[in-house]
Amino acid sequence: MNVAIDIATVWAFIIAFAVFVYVVMDGFDLGLGILFPLFPNKTDRDVIMNSVAPVWDGNETWLVLGGGGLMAAFPLAYSILMPALYTPVIAMLVGLIFRGVAFEFRWRTTRSERNRWDFAFAGGSLLATLAQGIALGAILQGIHVEGRHYAGGWWDWLTPFSILTGLALVIGYALLGATWLVMKTEGEVRDRAYTLSWFLLFAMLGAIGAVSIATPFLDVQYARRWFAWPNVILTAPVPIAVAAVTVMLLRSLVSRQDYRPFFLSLALFALSYAGLGISMYPYIVPQSVTIWQAASPKSSQVFMLFGVAALIPLILAYTAWAYWVFRGKVRPESSYH
Amino acid sequence: MAVMFEGWDAGVLARAQFAFTMSFHIVFPAFSIGLASYLAVLEALWLWTAREVFINLFNYWLKIFAIAFGMGVVSGIVMSYQFGTNWSVFSDKAGPIVGPLMAYEVLTAFFLEAGFLGVMLFGLERVGHRLHFMATVMVAIGTLISAFWILSANSWMQTPAGYAVNAEGQFVAASWLNVIFNPSFPYRLVHMVLAAYLTTALVVGAVGAFHLRRDSHLAGPRVMFSMAMWMATLVAPIQILAGDQQGLNTLAHQPAKVMAMEGHFQSHKEGAPLILFGLPDQAAGKVRFAVEIPKLSSLILKHSIEAPLDGLDTVPRQNWPPVPIIFWTFRIMVGLGFLIMGLGLFSLCERGRGKLYQSRLLLLFAMAMGPAGFVAVLAGWFTTETGRQPFTIFGLLRTAESVSPLASPAVASSLVAFVIVYFTVFSTGVIYILRLMGKPPHHGEQGPQADIPARAAGITPAAAAASARGAAG
Repeated sequence: MNVAIDIATVWAFIIAFAVFVYVVMDGFDLGLGILFPLFPNKTDRDVIMNSVAPVWDGNETWLVLGGGGLMAAFPLAYSILMPALYTPVIAMLVGLIFRGVAFEFRWRTTRSERNRWDFAFAGGSLLATLAQGIALGAILQGIHVEGRHYAGGWWDWLTPFSILTGLALVIGYALLGATWLVMKTEGEVRDRAYTLSWFLLFAMLGAIGAVSIATPFLDVQYARRWFAWPNVILTAPVPIAVAAVTVMLLRSLVSRQDYRPFFLSLALFALSYAGLGISMYPYIVPQSVTIWQAASPKSSQVFMLFGVAALIPLILAYTAWAYWVFRGKVRPESSYH
Repeated sequence: MAVMFEGWDAGVLARAQFAFTMSFHIVFPAFSIGLASYLAVLEALWLWTAREVFINLFNYWLKIFAIAFGMGVVSGIVMSYQFGTNWSVFSDKAGPIVGPLMAYEVLTAFFLEAGFLGVMLFGLERVGHRLHFMATVMVAIGTLISAFWILSANSWMQTPAGYAVNAEGQFVAASWLNVIFNPSFPYRLVHMVLAAYLTTALVVGAVGAFHLRRDSHLAGPRVMFSMAMWMATLVAPIQILAGDQQGLNTLAHQPAKVMAMEGHFQSHKEGAPLILFGLPDQAAGKVRFAVEIPKLSSLILKHSIEAPLDGLDTVPRQNWPPVPIIFWTFRIMVGLGFLIMGLGLFSLCERGRGKLYQSRLLLLFAMAMGPAGFVAVLAGWFTTETGRQPFTIFGLLRTAESVSPLASPAVASSLVAFVIVYFTVFSTGVIYILRLMGKPPHHGEQGPQADIPARAAGITPAAAAASARGAAG
């Protein structure tokens, strides 16, 4: 691997960071929606919604940054990926609309109607997650490009592999949602969230395993990236770290330390994400377009770098403040917790 | 026939989809830009005077803001991906310029709004008055910064400046200062922000009028009605002036758009007439049944009645924008603008006579004008965006050459999906907003959190009873 630290690489890391922060933050948020049908009690659902209502909007802003940042820093990749992923992207947007408005709408209805927005919240979350996972799989399996355009068909994104990644992401987000509830709730909701975390952790390990086994078979490049000498020195720690985090996560579930499972689940996500990065680098459209080919001109990337360097720390600071304001357990009887 | 059939290609569908999703989206920011500032003013007045009516009004409008803002966010996410799905060639070529402007919007505005929104909506008791007020101000500033960047990006597409073209055919920035502060940007920013303020004032005024018609002594509706009417009185004339200045700027940089607005197919060597109404016929290149005032157009646009004014006959036909749409939407916008100014002046008269809250005619007029801001904003955007055609980047990149390599069925099905989803979701949201507006702000009005029955029951018996009434009715 020939790592040149240039501005395109810096931007690749920035975009990757934005997408990862999105996955971290909206992941548990969407996961709550996926788990919603398993909590039929209205009071429980109110608690679940309230645990995330003050912050969900900020969480989704990272998705806008991912999309906008990709267009700004790698316009060629953006203009190839979006038509290639047309259907999953539209499905994701529709899902996000339904779940997003549910946060406010479900308080504004009379009783009989409220279930409709609960359904919209759950269904929208599931649809958006599935679409994101399928899009990820569709990117990994390679995209047919001619010249500066997407040249594949309208159903190229739909393969057994992309369905596998779609389901894997549903499981992963559900695990984040369950461990979030462990951290943010008490009593019966927390107990059920603990039970769910056990199931979901094993499902997640299965999913990581399945995707890891399938990925190297997609393309020669990935296999060589992971298993060829000397790369294996760099890649081998990833599965080892996954095993270590899993053990810690299991122990935290046994000893019932409410705050740990969520952060360890995030660690599991971070490792899977690093694995994806190892597989893809330096391609931004796998096997067709590298980050250098897709990079926008230096004038654009430098201009934005100033903004990112100054603003991202600020954004992280006030986002952290907002989470801090609403810290602690959510209780059904208190006004706003 | 062949032309009609030819027209329904993927490009036309992509344009229809953009127009549809954008028209829905713009309504919410136009409202929330004004409402966020209004909320900041209300909270400031409450902190300053400690009068209860201001916090009641703040909480009342905060609940409405929460719904409108949520709808703005989700319809906005669609916009940030639609450039790629439907307009990928545009994204590739213009991404290096338009992309960074939008990225700055996300970094400086969206995060600011989203980061402080939670505290603004739910945090009053958690963080104390001062920090809460800061959060409200941050959200309001965020909406204005957002307008700054998106107007800059859109204005660059109207009047591109500060760019060069690289070997790949992409537009790249030669001077970011010239890109951001392109020639039409300052005019369009002022015009849009004032439009947002007026739109919100008209809604607030209509809600106030609605409740005053039933009981002219209600404290909350009196305050909001009076504030809204001051806004219409003072800002509508400024807005008309700002619109005129933008028109002159457009004449300098996009003359074909002004020709279409005016319905000037022919050049006039010795003073052009102002066409009030008529039926523009694009194919024939003339306005049928025109009702016109001689020389007035030259007077308005050139400040001289004898000044020559070019018509569309000086522009190659393949560069003509669709005249009838521009002609009509422009008249709707201008007509509403003068009606709003009329409302402001009328309210000033009634205020002077001490009958601001009792004048049935004024209250009715204000109610009727409630949606006028939205209609005017949409009409104005249709004028300016349609007037940029047949280009996406004026004079440089044609719309037909900007679309993704798309198949019609894909665009058609996503268009149908958006139409269904938007109408079900957003009309429901509007119904919820109207439901909230249907009740007057009352003593002890609570913010968004206390409307939740499960919690309200735990706080005050009055709130629980109120929500029980709401549920029953």
